Amino acid sequence: MAVERFPVEASHIMMFARSVGDPNPIYHDEDYAKGAEPGGIIAPPTFVQASSQYDPDAALRPKPGQPWFGSGREPSGTPRGGGGGGGGTGLHAEQHFEYHRHLHPGDVLSAKTRPGKSWEREGRRAGKLKFSETITEYFDQNGELVITARSVGVQTERVVEQA
Amino acid sequence: MALKASNIKVGDTHEAVVVENLTRTQLVMYSGASGDYNPLHSDEIFATKVGGYPTVFAHGMLSMGMTGRMLTDWVGDGRLTKFGVRFVSQVFPGDNLTAKATVEALREENGEQLVDLALSTVNQDGREVVSGSATARVDP
Repeated sequence: MAVERFPVEASHIMMFARSVGDPNPIYHDEDYAKGAEPGGIIAPPTFVQASSQYDPDAALRPKPGQPWFGSGREPSGTPRGGGGGGGGTGLHAEQHFEYHRHLHPGDVLSAKTRPGKSWEREGRRAGKLKFSETITEYFDQNGELVITARSVGVQTERVVEQA
Repeated sequence: MALKASNIKVGDTHEAVVVENLTRTQLVMYSGASGDYNPLHSDEIFATKVGGYPTVFAHGMLSMGMTGRMLTDWVGDGRLTKFGVRFVSQVFPGDNLTAKATVEALREENGEQLVDLALSTVNQDGREVVSGSATARVDP
């Protein structure tokens, strides 16, 4: 994921907070927020995940004129990459954030991403599991590190069995 | 209002219901806001016929976001210094989720009072869906 410019905007924060079911006025009411400890609207703690909106190559966003793997006339618009077979799939296993400060509307972030560790283990409900870590550092408009994110993805051999 | 170190001790817990009867529409809202349009979360035909899942399921990050609401409602706005989770089980439409934080430690670092919390979010069957930890600045 390469995000060169992620402008943090008030309406995006409001919609993101709504989508996680959080009615806290600190995320949408400027007058309330001015009188609260942060001194203005801030973003919810998981908001930087929305940086993918500003990733030109985000694989999980349909793009005009390009095949999309979700359903249309057929259940899937295109075969999925990575082979795997057996209905195995890429899933999000872990997510960790470290906050050096919290985000405000008007911040303009850039992200630097690097691969971390990778490992494998045998899972009980989805066959062989291949884990890989990605570290993303978000910098603000002054070049200050504001959030460090560590994401762990897992590629499963087959669909996760439901208990 | 931020949490005060003098009002909590190791072992104390705080919990909140963060969603009741999770709807597919909320999954669509989260897809739109976050930019994660993976059809496994919004496209019933894809999720069942191609994915092989019983129905669509929630983004892990939505469960983390809902867990975060319990956390920020308790520790106060802008107080988190760390927040991390592991996605333990999938969350499906219709689920009720309750998120719980347990005080693990109270400590001081660089002149600031911090609380370390263990996190666990469970569904209506008591099955854990998210486990994790967080650290927040607290008042003395």
